[in-house]
Amino acid sequence: MSATAPLRPLLSARSLRLAFGGVKAADGIDLDVMPGEFLAIIGPNGAGKTTFINMTTGYLRPQGGSIDYEGRSLLGLRPRAIVRRGIGRSFQLPQLFTEHTVLENAALAIAARAGLWSPLTPLLRPGWRAEAEALLDRFGLGAVAGARADALNEGARKLADIAMAVALNPRLLLMDEPTSGVAASEKMGVVETLVRVLRQAGVTAVFVEHDMDVVARFADRVAVWSQGRIVALGPPQQVLADPVVRREVIGIEAHA
Amino acid sequence: MNRPLEAGLAVLGAAALVLVAWAAPWLKFVLTLALAKGIAVLGILLLLRAGQVSFGHAMFLATGAYTVAFLAPEMPEALLLLPLGALFGTALGLVVGLFVARYRDIFFGMLNLALSMVLYSLLEKLYALTKGTDGIRVAGLTFAGAQPAREIQEWIMFALALGLALGFGLLVRAYLGSPMGQALAGIKTRETRLEFMGVPARRVLLFAYVLSACMGGTAGALVAMTSRHVTPQLAYWTSSGELVFIAILGGAGSALGPFLGAVAFELVRVYAAAQVADAWQMILGGVLLAVILFAPGGVWGILAARFKARA
Repeated sequence: MSATAPLRPLLSARSLRLAFGGVKAADGIDLDVMPGEFLAIIGPNGAGKTTFINMTTGYLRPQGGSIDYEGRSLLGLRPRAIVRRGIGRSFQLPQLFTEHTVLENAALAIAARAGLWSPLTPLLRPGWRAEAEALLDRFGLGAVAGARADALNEGARKLADIAMAVALNPRLLLMDEPTSGVAASEKMGVVETLVRVLRQAGVTAVFVEHDMDVVARFADRVAVWSQGRIVALGPPQQVLADPVVRREVIGIEAHA
Repeated sequence: MNRPLEAGLAVLGAAALVLVAWAAPWLKFVLTLALAKGIAVLGILLLLRAGQVSFGHAMFLATGAYTVAFLAPEMPEALLLLPLGALFGTALGLVVGLFVARYRDIFFGMLNLALSMVLYSLLEKLYALTKGTDGIRVAGLTFAGAQPAREIQEWIMFALALGLALGFGLLVRAYLGSPMGQALAGIKTRETRLEFMGVPARRVLLFAYVLSACMGGTAGALVAMTSRHVTPQLAYWTSSGELVFIAILGGAGSALGPFLGAVAFELVRVYAAAQVADAWQMILGGVLLAVILFAPGGVWGILAARFKARA
């Protein structure tokens, strides 16, 4: 491929449609996610942001349109199969194994990537333990590795949740509000850690975010969702300066 | 967790059982049955790790027991009947498991119960085959071709039960510490996350279910060869309830729990039935209440806490 050839999108959605009763959660979504970029999704509650993530990861089936990943369709695949294709996700409410330690959580994710069909060798075997510890260190969670997952504060739980998704070596990571519930004082630290790790790992990221400071600072592009449509798409400085976006989207959020 | 305590208790417990069986020969029978039930309860413990309670697990025990009863007249070799009992239990576990592993919580528990009652009805109604509630006598077993004296046979059964209990205990211990076993515990807290890691939660539960059925079949074969008589009562729902009772009594925190629970249960039953024949169920009920209220970790939990306090 020559240097001037256009980059093929990693993820490509075309005319996605899905309605819940009369509510259009996706009303003709067209979106390309390019390899290596950080794409922020913003928009008021109920605009269909999480629906987009759920459709991409196989939890909701669109009523129309297509989603291709690396040139192949994702439609009809189960969440498990989509994970194996290289798409990870993290959750608005962290989904951790609450009765396990943080280290065991990370090791389980590593075991899942390796295929965990070995009922007799211990989970915390030396190789996996070392990898889990290294992963947690990268996320700044080394100090709480031995703590039970339900004992962590919200910021650490969010990071642990994302660390488990990263352990699966995804090429594309979808994050649903990675900073919601994180105390304001921790927020920038959490995001900085996150972005550093993801950039190092070469992961392409799509994240739903309500904090415009985070979006302005870390996103390469911003997609603005409203009533199941993308109403603006571009670099943050351009999109966030758009008066319609400021009034319709950011204005609403300031009151939320 | 508590590795030295577990190992120490297992060795001490095994030695104590041998000593008691030697000093009080009539208790040997009771202890053999207790060990056999402990093996079945080990299967209940696996499912408890996934947060699931089976109220029908006696069906696998009954399957192992009836396998022995049906085959013994043609093939009286105990050392073949035992693995066959385990095999038939496992096979039924796979068939039932493919169905029930799709369900969780109350549905899981009740489906198991319903299926076990189907088996109970079949055992009771198919008189020509099973002799109904009269049951089938198991006679003339041979051990490696020989037919030793009754006393020796009792010791052989006791040794088999003890050896299998230790073997399955070690197996379950290793399994629970493995990725598969840890994923099983993950079903209890975050099944969605398992799916999002690409792990088929249903298959993780099915594996545990089949393993638990294998242990149920083994336990049933041991029970049949020890008591020498099988009845449909083995599959009745109260028998399944008893297994859950023992699991809670012993504690789910360790592979030793089921055996602590089973021995305590059988001894309480024997002595309570002898002392207060009319009220022994009430005594068992009281014991269970006390365990749930004051020692939710069961007998194992009490011992582990003592040990931790001293260490």
